[in-house]
Amino acid sequence: MQLDFNHIQAAHCENGVTTSLLRHTGVQQITEPLAFGIGSGLFFIYIPFLKVNNGPAISFRTMPGMIFKRTCNSLDIPVFRKKFSSPEKAQQELNERLKAGQPAACQVGVYYLTYFPKEYRFHFNAHNLIVVGKEGDNYIISDPIMETLVTMSSYELERVRFAKGPLAPRGQLYYPKENRQVTDEQIKKAIVTGIKRNVRDMLRIPGNIAGIKGIRYTAKKIKGWKNKLGTEKSRSYLAQLVRMQEEIGTGGGGFRFIYGAFLQQAHTYHPVDELIDISKQFTYTGDLWRDAAIQASGIYKGRLTEQSDYDMMGDYLLKIADLEKKAFEDLSEVVKKMK
Amino acid sequence: MKKDEIPQDPGALGKIAKELSYVVDENGNYTTGFSTGWEIKMKALDVAWENVEKRIAEAKQKVLNGEASPLLYYMELKLMDVEIVAGYTGFWKWQVKKHLKPEVFKKLPDRKLEKYAKLFEISKEQLSQVS
Repeated sequence: MQLDFNHIQAAHCENGVTTSLLRHTGVQQITEPLAFGIGSGLFFIYIPFLKVNNGPAISFRTMPGMIFKRTCNSLDIPVFRKKFSSPEKAQQELNERLKAGQPAACQVGVYYLTYFPKEYRFHFNAHNLIVVGKEGDNYIISDPIMETLVTMSSYELERVRFAKGPLAPRGQLYYPKENRQVTDEQIKKAIVTGIKRNVRDMLRIPGNIAGIKGIRYTAKKIKGWKNKLGTEKSRSYLAQLVRMQEEIGTGGGGFRFIYGAFLQQAHTYHPVDELIDISKQFTYTGDLWRDAAIQASGIYKGRLTEQSDYDMMGDYLLKIADLEKKAFEDLSEVVKKMK
Repeated sequence: MKKDEIPQDPGALGKIAKELSYVVDENGNYTTGFSTGWEIKMKALDVAWENVEKRIAEAKQKVLNGEASPLLYYMELKLMDVEIVAGYTGFWKWQVKKHLKPEVFKKLPDRKLEKYAKLFEISKEQLSQVS
């Protein structure tokens, strides 16, 4: 059986899952940028003591699961989320949900994700998809990265739901518990909450590895990479930075662009004109992240080899840090006018 | 990024789906567009795979030199580390680390070898070879 479900392609998987599920439950107003902004998705963190695929652990967005959780909380929609130790139980519970005529989202690993191109199949465990039906032994999947619905056998789905390693999904199943509509007034409030939290995360998070300070910290590190790590390793590290930044579907500092789109949409709910200007500021930093990626590629392609090239890469990040700091400070002021 | 600046280079993902991107139109309003891929991003992915290939070749050499058990080679071949192997096989991490030693690996009973063979999707016999 296949549910009546509207597949939505998105720039980012968790945004997409959140948007599709909420639309399905009756939240007609929700869009990908609104989900991202209400969920305070924009972030930066460099975790120096952690390695991912033998390279630096860098993220340009908030922790997996947070966008869905925060967006639902802000809109007063109760959430179901459960991990399983038994694959049989995990499958059974999914089947029951489908039988009840309701879709459910799963966190999965991409290494064994059959429809993904081989080049993308690393052991990355925080991908998200929605199961929208079952026909025989095949599950029908709405993966926000894909243009249309895809299918997976029950074995294939079990394998990705029980992928192992960091952030192991452990069969995780989640969905909004109730179907309900929300008012524009609720959306307005949620926008304000989302902005305030994002301002806090980027400007006032303690420590020096996250938020704006994290971007500066990374800039400093990059300038030292050539001496500290040597050319080979520095190349790999910069390639990894770009891969994290260009995470599937977010091409080119993409999260900054989604945030810019969010602020424009926020303006339709809160006609405060400064929002349009701040949206432009994020479009500009998104463009700068892209320029930085081009600079980094010069190094990892082996065309740029001097210390001055690393310095320039670091300077890009410092400039971005200054601009994003200003954008969030402006936002911190403007949000006070949004009632 | 403006809509007409969306890169349309060949990309790995482009083979199965175009990527949705948020971009601004001529009036500065946000809209969406599709990208087949971006050369800068593709090259970053290439570098990651070059590293994988290098690690596999190094692992193979270590096995041939008798410095590591074939487990190291298959682990690298599947892009895994000790934590991931432990996760899939149910062994403790310290056990997996011990099994990376050739002399320990050689004495492993069949039922343990079978766990590794199953994970790497090869036969028990293949598990002792690296070519």
